[in-house]
Amino acid sequence: MSPVVEMSIAAGRAALVWMIPLALLPLMIWAERKVSAYMHDRTGPNRAQILGIRAGGVVHTLADVLKLVMKEDITPTHVHRFYFLLAPFIAMMVSLMTFAVIPFADVLHLGDNAIRMQALHLNVGVLWIFSIASFGVFGIIFAGYGANNKYSILGGLRASAQMISYELSLSLSILGLIMMAGTLDLNEIVRMQGEFFQLGPIPIPKWGVLLQPLGAVIFMTAVIAETNRNPFDLPEAESEIVGYHVEYSSIKFALFFMAEYVNITVASALVATLFFGGWQVPFLDTETLIANAQQVVLGMLGGMALVSALLIIPTRKWNKTLARLYPNDLRKNEANFWAIVLLLHIVGALGGIGFFVANPITGTSAHVTAAVIQFLTFMGKLLFFGFAFVWVRWTLPRFRYDQLMGLGWKGMLPLALLNLFVTAALVLLVQ
Amino acid sequence: MALKVASPKLSFLERIYVAEVFRGLGVTFRHLAKNVVNQSDMPTVQFPEQPKPLAVRHRSRHRLTVRENGQPKCVACMCCETACPARCIHIVAEESDEVWIEKRCKTFEIDLLRCVFCGYCVEACPEDAIRMDTDEVILVGERREDFIVGREFLMFGKGDDWKTGRPAEVAVPRPGDPEAPPATPDEDAGWRDGAPRERIKIPAGWRANSKEV
Repeated sequence: MSPVVEMSIAAGRAALVWMIPLALLPLMIWAERKVSAYMHDRTGPNRAQILGIRAGGVVHTLADVLKLVMKEDITPTHVHRFYFLLAPFIAMMVSLMTFAVIPFADVLHLGDNAIRMQALHLNVGVLWIFSIASFGVFGIIFAGYGANNKYSILGGLRASAQMISYELSLSLSILGLIMMAGTLDLNEIVRMQGEFFQLGPIPIPKWGVLLQPLGAVIFMTAVIAETNRNPFDLPEAESEIVGYHVEYSSIKFALFFMAEYVNITVASALVATLFFGGWQVPFLDTETLIANAQQVVLGMLGGMALVSALLIIPTRKWNKTLARLYPNDLRKNEANFWAIVLLLHIVGALGGIGFFVANPITGTSAHVTAAVIQFLTFMGKLLFFGFAFVWVRWTLPRFRYDQLMGLGWKGMLPLALLNLFVTAALVLLVQ
Repeated sequence: MALKVASPKLSFLERIYVAEVFRGLGVTFRHLAKNVVNQSDMPTVQFPEQPKPLAVRHRSRHRLTVRENGQPKCVACMCCETACPARCIHIVAEESDEVWIEKRCKTFEIDLLRCVFCGYCVEACPEDAIRMDTDEVILVGERREDFIVGREFLMFGKGDDWKTGRPAEVAVPRPGDPEAPPATPDEDAGWRDGAPRERIKIPAGWRANSKEV
């Protein structure tokens, strides 16, 4: 490979990895609002519109970002300017950098070239995640200290104490998995999860959650605490106590806000990669996917056409509701707009089926197809865990600070250690 | 006094959280699924499009009732201005043309932003000259001055202060006149037609008086 091609591939991978969390950001914020609303039996955001298209409230996110960007950016005079300005950037950078080692598809073989579907291929990927993620606490400490305000610094201390406490259980909980996989390379861990163990006649994929159920529960709990989400969102708890980012306004506040959602994306990606098979399509390994690329693509396109056709039916009823609610408004056409979009989906899917029947997928394109399918699988898992974060937040009440520390040090840490010892013993026995 | 809080005894399963957490997740997911499939059970009212019926005894924006000759019933007794706890009413009295009425209001202004909609003015009025039954609960303006509404507006729902800053030529309704404007404000006329509003000149006395408060 020429250096130019190599450079551009590396740049492309890096761009993709940076784009995923940023592109998911509006979706996550939208999900947070809409899911929480539906869980409370409310309708949620449904006002902001572009030419009557509200897209279920996604447009609100756009309005939100515009608002945050256009607000006055205040730097109070009493702050430590350097730390104050640095903190939001650390928070954001750290969240984005962690994503670099997540594999989003198997190694792609194009001719003689092997392209790794990671921005950064490290054989110590797990260590990279922990080392970078532990930098995240600096963002919070700097924000709390730099604001030069006693409430901020208390909030910062509280937050950093929590993050450091839960980082222990976080790291210990996946040591067992690493022992079983025998590697720190995330792509290898995912490959290992593509294997099966037989339960009678039924093959069961060796997903981390089945190998290490206790580790998975501890990891998921700790990762929620690491991302400062409910039920561990004492660092923010904006409705009750003053947190580390009181003094921030406008886009600097938005950076903290965005960092939280990027953190969720990263955490979901981690949970999916370590415990739920990453890019593995259940029961279809990479070789099978490449061999059967044609059938899989046709099946996906057919499914897309079918789902779109089924979704058109409710839009007719919705159209009537809209006509009754908004008779003198652009919004009354929204159902028709989505019906047209769905129709275009069907046409596109059917056209795709025709195209792929005429030109069967073989050779290089089969490899690319397999990678795309794995990427979509990975994104599906990531989105599910992103939803799970929102789901947990709107279900559970917040822990009190002593309960939080008690759970971290007296509950999860001993359990993680126990899990570690038992796993170590089992691994030794098997050897 | 110390308060003793009795906390319920938790079983072991409840104390390790996990099972209970999943139970809670089930509850929220049921609600989510139900509302994704069918939103008609939601109690949310899409307010401006689906107005809720107002209560029988509600108090909405004020109006001044009108005599048959088109003059306000108000005799400028200042009872409402005195009764008003928010001091949002300001009346300037003048001598009436009619022999059996001593005074009438020259200006009658209500600052709707200061008004707390308590209805004391209605109770205080000996002449039934002011009522709060226009059913208007959405009051929109772009400046604070927009909300200081005057006599013509309060009588006919349109007029000098809100729209143009100068006295409107209000057709005086006569009994039996088919074209007589309604005594209650016409909803479509003044409030939401989107026409640009000009700046209102605030009477000099108004500001001077409000400063004392």
